[in-house]
Amino acid sequence: MADLAPYRAVLSSRIRSQLAYRRSFALDVAGSAGVGLLEFLSVYVIFTNVTELGGLDFAGVALVFAFANLGFSLADIVVGHVDALPTYLRSGTLDAFLLRPLSVLGQLVTSDVQLRRLGRCAVGVAILAVALPQAGIDWGWGAALLVVAIPLVGAVIFAAVFVAAAAAQFWLVDGAEFTNAFVYGGSNAASYPTSVFTTPLRAAVTFVLPAAFTAYLPTLLLLGEPGPAWTPAWLGWFAPVAAVVAWVVALTGWKAGLRHYTGTGS
Amino acid sequence: MTELIIDVVGLSRDFTVRAPAGRLRRTSRTVHAVRDLTFSVPEGAAVGYIGANGAGKSTTIKMLTGILVPTAGTARTCGKEPHRQRRELAREIGVVFGQRTQLWWDLPLHESFRALAAIHRLPSDRAARRQVELVDRLDLGEFLDTPVRQLSLGQRIRGEIAAALLHSPRLLVLDEPTIGLDVLSKERLRGFLVEERAAHGTSLLLTTHDMDDVQRLTERILVVDHGQMAFDGTLAGLVDRVGAQRVVVLDLLGGAHGVGAGAEVGGGAGGAGEAGVRAAGVPDLRGIPGTELVAVEADGLRQRLAFTPGLTTAAEVIAAVAARATVRDVAIEEPDIEDVVRRLYLSQ
Repeated sequence: MADLAPYRAVLSSRIRSQLAYRRSFALDVAGSAGVGLLEFLSVYVIFTNVTELGGLDFAGVALVFAFANLGFSLADIVVGHVDALPTYLRSGTLDAFLLRPLSVLGQLVTSDVQLRRLGRCAVGVAILAVALPQAGIDWGWGAALLVVAIPLVGAVIFAAVFVAAAAAQFWLVDGAEFTNAFVYGGSNAASYPTSVFTTPLRAAVTFVLPAAFTAYLPTLLLLGEPGPAWTPAWLGWFAPVAAVVAWVVALTGWKAGLRHYTGTGS
Repeated sequence: MTELIIDVVGLSRDFTVRAPAGRLRRTSRTVHAVRDLTFSVPEGAAVGYIGANGAGKSTTIKMLTGILVPTAGTARTCGKEPHRQRRELAREIGVVFGQRTQLWWDLPLHESFRALAAIHRLPSDRAARRQVELVDRLDLGEFLDTPVRQLSLGQRIRGEIAAALLHSPRLLVLDEPTIGLDVLSKERLRGFLVEERAAHGTSLLLTTHDMDDVQRLTERILVVDHGQMAFDGTLAGLVDRVGAQRVVVLDLLGGAHGVGAGAEVGGGAGGAGEAGVRAAGVPDLRGIPGTELVAVEADGLRQRLAFTPGLTTAAEVIAAVAARATVRDVAIEEPDIEDVVRRLYLSQ
C-alpha cells in the first residue's frame, strides 16, 4: 500500500474549505437530501396505484431504492467529480497531475470530495431505517452482514462506472451527456426492481452495466425471494465479483485513455 | 565532468488532426509538430527556447517532462526517459506553464505548499526552511493566505515558481513565465531567477517571447521553426546572423517650421504620384544613408527609420534627420524576438 499522506494533504484542505461556510454547506446538504426525497416520491406515487412492483411490496422496493441510493451517493461523494475530466483536460490540470510524482487517477479522485452529497446518503439511511423492520426479513448474522455490505459493494460498483465513464471522455470530446446516460441511467435502473424490465434489458442492466448487483439482487437474498428467470437471487452473492470485474474494466479503460492522451497509442 | 540535463536525439512528434469533410466523411491530416530535433544541455546551463507560436515549443517541453510521448526519437531529462520514468523525473524537475496554473485554484498558497511538500515527501524541516527562503525572496508573505484564484497574475506566477522550486529541482522549465506581467514584475522575477541559479546551480529551460528574458536569463538560445531546429548559439550570434535592425522612432514638429523643413527636401520628390497622406509639409525622411523608412504615422509627425548597427549609428541617423526636420523626441527600439525569429525564418 502506497503512502497516502500526499493525497490526504490535498483532501483535508478540500474538506476544510467545504466546511468553512457552515450555512452554505448546510443548504447544499439539504438540497442534496431534497433530490433524494423527490426521487423516492416517485416510488411512493407508484405504490398509491399498485400494491406490488416487479414481485416486491412497498417495503421491498423501498429497500432496493435505499440501497441503490446509498451506494450511488457514497460513490458520488468519493469519485463523482471525475466526470469533470474534460474540464481538467482543457484547463491543463491533467498536465499538472502528470508533472507530479503520483498516480494520475489517484490525484484525480483525491482532487475533490463532494461532502454535500451526504444529504442524499442520509435519505437512503432514513428509508432503510423505516423499511428494514417492515420488510419481513428473517434476521440473523447473515442478514445483518448483507445490510452493511450491500451499500458498500454497491458504492464500489458505481465508483467503477464513474471511472469508466471518465475514461471514455479521453476519446469523446464533450461526451459528458453520453456517459451521463450510463452513470445516472445506471443509478436510476438500480433504484427499481430489475424484474420490471423485459428480459434483454434486464440482462443488460445486470451483466453489461452491473446495476442490478448494487441493490436488487442482494436485496432478494435479504428478503429470501427467488428472483426472476435468467437473473435469480443467488446472483446477488456474486456482487463482489461484479465489483472486481467492473474495476478491472474501468482501470483498463482508464489506462488506455491516459495512453491515448499522452500519445502512446494510435 | 558535467552530466547532460537534457539530451534529445531525433525527437519527433506528430499529431493527427481530423476535420469534417462533407456530410459524413472526415479527413485526417498529420501535423508534424516537432521534427527530428537533436540537442543537449549540460547540467547547470540556462537555455532560451524560442520560436513563433505553433513552432513546437510547448510540444517539446511536454515531451521533455513526460506529458507527451514522442512519435520518434529519444529524449532524456535528468538522465531519465521522461514518459516511462514520469514519477521519478517529477521529483527532479520543476515546471511552470505561465498561462496555466499548477496550483490548487481554490486553496491558499500555504496549503498548496503543504500539499506539495507531502507529495514530494520532503522532510518537514527541509520543507519549512525552503518555504521560508522562497516566501522571503519572492515576497509572497502578504498573500500566503489568499486563495490562488484571487491573486493577481504577478502574484500567481511568483507563487507558481515557488511551488515548482519547493522540492529544489535540478532543472526548472518555464514556459512563458513573464507573459502578461508588467515591467516591474518581470524585472523582479528575472532578478530572483538569476539569484536562485547562482545559489543552487539549477539548470533552466525557458520559452519566451521577451528579448529581455533571453538577455538576462540565458546564455544560449535554441530557435525552432515548424518543429525543426533553426538556430543553436548565443543571442549575439543570432543577431549578427540575421542582421537584426534597430529602429529610431522620431516625433517631429509640424506647423510652420516643419513645413519649411519638409518643403526644402521634399521639393524634388513632391511632384504628382505621391500618396495622398504625403501632403505638402510633411518631412520626407526617405533616402538617409544606411536606413530604411519603415512607417509613417500621425500624418507624418511620427516616423520610424530602421538601421543596421554596423552600417551606421543612431547618432548619425538622428543628425541626418535633424538636417531635414525639427525633431521633438527620439526613441530607439531594440529588435524584438519575433522580428529576429522572422528574419531567421526568412533567411533559411
